[in-house]
Amino acid sequence: MRFMELLYYPGCTLKTSAKDLEATAIKIAEELGYSFKEMEEWNCCGVVASLTSDDLMHHLAPLRNLIHAEDEGADKIVVLCDMCANTLKQTSLRVKESKDDLETLNSFMDKENDYKGTIEIVHFLEFLRDEVGFAQLKKKVKKPLKGLRVMPYYGCVLLRPREVAIDDAEDPVIMSDLLRALGAEVVDNPFKIECCGSYHTIDEKEATSKRAHRITNFARDRGAEAIMLSCPLCRFNLDARGKEAEKIFEGYEQIPAFYYTQLIAIALDLDIDACGFDSQEVDPLPLLKDKGVVE
Amino acid sequence: MSTAAEKDCRHNEKNLAPEIKGRLIDELEDLCEEDIFGCYQCGTCAAGCPFVEEMDLTPDEVLRYVILDKKEVLNSRTIWLCSSCFACAERCPRDINITVVMEALRQLILRKNVDETDIECLTEEEKRKIPQIAFVSLFRKNIG
Ligand code: SF4
Ligand code: SF4
Repeated sequence: MRFMELLYYPGCTLKTSAKDLEATAIKIAEELGYSFKEMEEWNCCGVVASLTSDDLMHHLAPLRNLIHAEDEGADKIVVLCDMCANTLKQTSLRVKESKDDLETLNSFMDKENDYKGTIEIVHFLEFLRDEVGFAQLKKKVKKPLKGLRVMPYYGCVLLRPREVAIDDAEDPVIMSDLLRALGAEVVDNPFKIECCGSYHTIDEKEATSKRAHRITNFARDRGAEAIMLSCPLCRFNLDARGKEAEKIFEGYEQIPAFYYTQLIAIALDLDIDACGFDSQEVDPLPLLKDKGVVE
Repeated sequence: MSTAAEKDCRHNEKNLAPEIKGRLIDELEDLCEEDIFGCYQCGTCAAGCPFVEEMDLTPDEVLRYVILDKKEVLNSRTIWLCSSCFACAERCPRDINITVVMEALRQLILRKNVDETDIECLTEEEKRKIPQIAFVSLFRKNIG
């Protein structure tokens, strides 16, 4: 089988605390006929986009990655981390909108080539929707997630700012569409686009646990048994901080949080070891066994 | 009994605000291009803010304080609690990007070399488990 190569930008988290996301994404891609080619040279994107108008300096790190991608002859990169995708897209947008800014930034590149503005940044979820197609994905499903009631959770950076969103900022459907393609039942929730607490997981732990509770509890009351999400930081907050919320709210029980790639891997009946379920605070295995999708 | 490790690493307990001689609005002009005076105090930003319950000033109050040149806004917890989620910016009927205004207010302080982030409150296990994107973004927001 010949694989179509995709240039892949990982980012720091995918190499450390989100190895499960990377491993499952690579496996899915292979099953669908694609292979991830990791960029030969990449650096931390800076994680948050620089927002003040005079601050160009913090666009240097993201831009450098786009230059490396051009150097490798690509016209697009696939990204797994939501925060990286957002940051890279915001820098790309800024230099597209301002030739002056691009010129200033290029003048700082001592060793690198100038950025020509040719790289498209594609989040893997977008790739699955637009290039593979959920209908195509559905055909590959071997173990439909029948009877599994899942709340899709988007958080912030997939959807905002609007200019870099992968779907409608207020009424996204990409995750529900994906869940239905996998055979799962969607439990909707108005909190699906609210912030998980983000980096306040470090300096405001309790407030972040309360966020996890707020986001999950409503869907739980409506019968959700699991959460599907995409960002490693959302995953940590809805899993670990959500678990801690059990101590704050009496009777509350956190439900497991899956990366979309984990659920796809299960539905496609791929090697479950790649899912790395043992690193999660809320063990998803009992639920999956109960539904008969894993043994 | 709570140990240091169980406490939040709050960075904004003290008064951090540097002295600003001119009008706040003028200082902010260099950092963002938002029409802050356009705010008509509808409260939409506050209604959808995920951290509003923890805040001492609601996002709409922050804007009002800036308009009235009440510099104590620089000592509010709100500007540090804002996680740049862009919900307010997305919804403001006056098209004000409040997320950018919050960043500009933080930058007013950070650019005077004032920062207080400390992650010593975390256990070694937590340092291993918390995603790297959390650390980098916290440092970017709280240090500069
Ligand atoms: S949503 Fe906009 S107009 Fe309304 S209070 Fe907030 S900043 Fe002002
Ligand atoms: S960007 Fe900040 S102020 Fe606006 S809604 Fe989000 S947390 Fe609140």
